[in-house]
Amino acid sequence: MMAFKYGVLLFVFWFLLSGHFEPLLLLLGLASVMLTIFLMKRMNVIDHESYPLHLSSRFPAFLVYIFREIGKANIDVIKRIVTYRGKFISPQLVEITLPQKTDLGRAIYANAITLTPGTVSVELAKDKIIVHALTKEAADDLSTGNMAKAIPDQAINK
Amino acid sequence: MIIDVLSWLSLIGGGLIGIIGAIGIHRFPDFYSRQHATGIADTLCAMLILLGLGLQAGLSLAAFKLALIFIFLFFTSPTASHVLANAAMHGGLKPKLDSVATEERS
Repeated sequence: MMAFKYGVLLFVFWFLLSGHFEPLLLLLGLASVMLTIFLMKRMNVIDHESYPLHLSSRFPAFLVYIFREIGKANIDVIKRIVTYRGKFISPQLVEITLPQKTDLGRAIYANAITLTPGTVSVELAKDKIIVHALTKEAADDLSTGNMAKAIPDQAINK
Repeated sequence: MIIDVLSWLSLIGGGLIGIIGAIGIHRFPDFYSRQHATGIADTLCAMLILLGLGLQAGLSLAAFKLALIFIFLFFTSPTASHVLANAAMHGGLKPKLDSVATEERS
């Protein structure tokens, strides 16, 4: 059932990329989608982790949040680059605990930290993450855990 | 006309931010802080340039493909940054830290 859903998704994706309507090309596209699904089934990679559709309801809110954060952080870093004269930055390493329950949630959190300029995740362990922050403000901001709350994380009930 | 102006504004803005990022790479003192400067070229600069190109393309398949480029960039660039930083850390490169702030924290 799941394989079928992803097949449909893949075919829509193929169609949007190619933009062809001819029956022969449509059939060839369908054949390649079926081959892909077959290979994925054999590799056993069709699961909730590689296709986190169960998180899609929380995704738009997360996108809005992360874009706002990226904008704010960018303006801050740009200001610091332009005014930098050997000071105005206070680089530091901080340890952040990971409140997420699933590996996927942790991966999204680490990526979100790296994606906002001014913080880069350096080392990832089971329940904590070491972050290099450009400024003390960015490190403090991360320590409040506001970003962790926005991360879509949901255990799968099978 | 308005779309043209908007698209040019975001293209020029993206280009400027890319240049600022390059200046940041030269100004900042060590590897890790330089990585933050490339971070702005990864995010806002790429976003603005792709947005400008998308406005030029209008509602078409080309715009959809630009959106796809943006999505893939969005997923891959943080992974690449993380791998770089992680490799530097494992290679034994010590970051230059702000000593006062670090002492306060611990």
